Amino acid sequence: MPYGKKNEHRGVMQKMALTNTQQDQIQTKASQNLWSGILFGVGFVGFIDEAVFHQLLHWHHFYDKSTTAAGLVSDGLFHALSFFATIASSFMMAALKQAQAFRFRRWLGGIFLGAGIFQLYDGIVQHKMMRLHQIRYNVDIMPYDVGWNVLAALLIIIGIGLARVNQKQRSSKARA
Amino acid sequence: MALTIQGSVVERAHASFTTHMVQHLLFGMLAPLLIVIASPFTLALRAMSVHHARRCVRLTKHPYMHVVMHPLTAVTLNIGGLWALYATRLYSMMHESAAIYVLVHLHLFAAGYLFTASILSLDLVYRRFGFAYRAIMLIVAIAGHSILSKYIYGSPPGHVPSQQAEAGAMLMYYGGDAIELIVIVLLCFQWYKTRLIKDQSSVL
Repeated sequence: MPYGKKNEHRGVMQKMALTNTQQDQIQTKASQNLWSGILFGVGFVGFIDEAVFHQLLHWHHFYDKSTTAAGLVSDGLFHALSFFATIASSFMMAALKQAQAFRFRRWLGGIFLGAGIFQLYDGIVQHKMMRLHQIRYNVDIMPYDVGWNVLAALLIIIGIGLARVNQKQRSSKARA
Repeated sequence: MALTIQGSVVERAHASFTTHMVQHLLFGMLAPLLIVIASPFTLALRAMSVHHARRCVRLTKHPYMHVVMHPLTAVTLNIGGLWALYATRLYSMMHESAAIYVLVHLHLFAAGYLFTASILSLDLVYRRFGFAYRAIMLIVAIAGHSILSKYIYGSPPGHVPSQQAEAGAMLMYYGGDAIELIVIVLLCFQWYKTRLIKDQSSVL
């Protein structure tokens, strides 16, 4: 009898230890989901910016020569980063799927967050402070700037909402 | 690569900056990338006798190789070399002297090769740096390349007419992206493979 009980006790301990490491793993996977989304969001906005505003609408200029040196450096770095981020985040997502740890809502939240942060940076720092290029030329720029940055803020808020709801669901499930 | 050093292309590159850029992309970026993927040193080592192969591997452990193959050196030589070419008088000097012309193009190819080899670390490397380190170096290099292409757009090197410089710069920007895309995919695929192995071992 005492022998059996001891074994049972050990079994419970093992189970608890397992859930602890599992929880650690879930935690890292959760942040990986978020990061994969954020990186993809940054890359995605970079892509939209390039494809829609530069190539299709021809609103943006490739380089309108009124940029500060810091603006050029910042633009180059963000171009490289968003480019790299798209591909890296896709591989991250593939690895998460492979490990069956992919969470769509958290990932989607990450996308909104990444997209919003990049757009806000582009709209305020690169367009206005560094005068990289403007959203559109030969028009009253004010409504474009306001729309651009309000949209960025909205994206960030939606992103935080999506990522947090997911976390709440997860922690309530863990408690149950 | 043969295409880029073929006489008629070289002649046109003298005349047109855009053709020069095509040459630059093929010779300095695409050719090195394809050669790195082909892993010529691994092939050579396999073809050698064990005795000779060992001596060659010992050569790669020489401190000089450590310094040269370091990603930081490779990026500096590659991107720094390009800035030196397009942002100084070197570009006009190159078209006055055949020797400088050959030297510049040799450097373009060698630095391109060194950079791709040290970032991808596929072929005979003494030390493979971590993914994050190589990723940052790659991002810095891509940034340097795209900043330079906008710089050329704004201030053409030598006596290049501004219209040609603008076309060439945009070609350098987007063409460079296309080739760097392949490098990024290859690098991230390496990360993905090691991640899968790690995940499997943590489950077991």
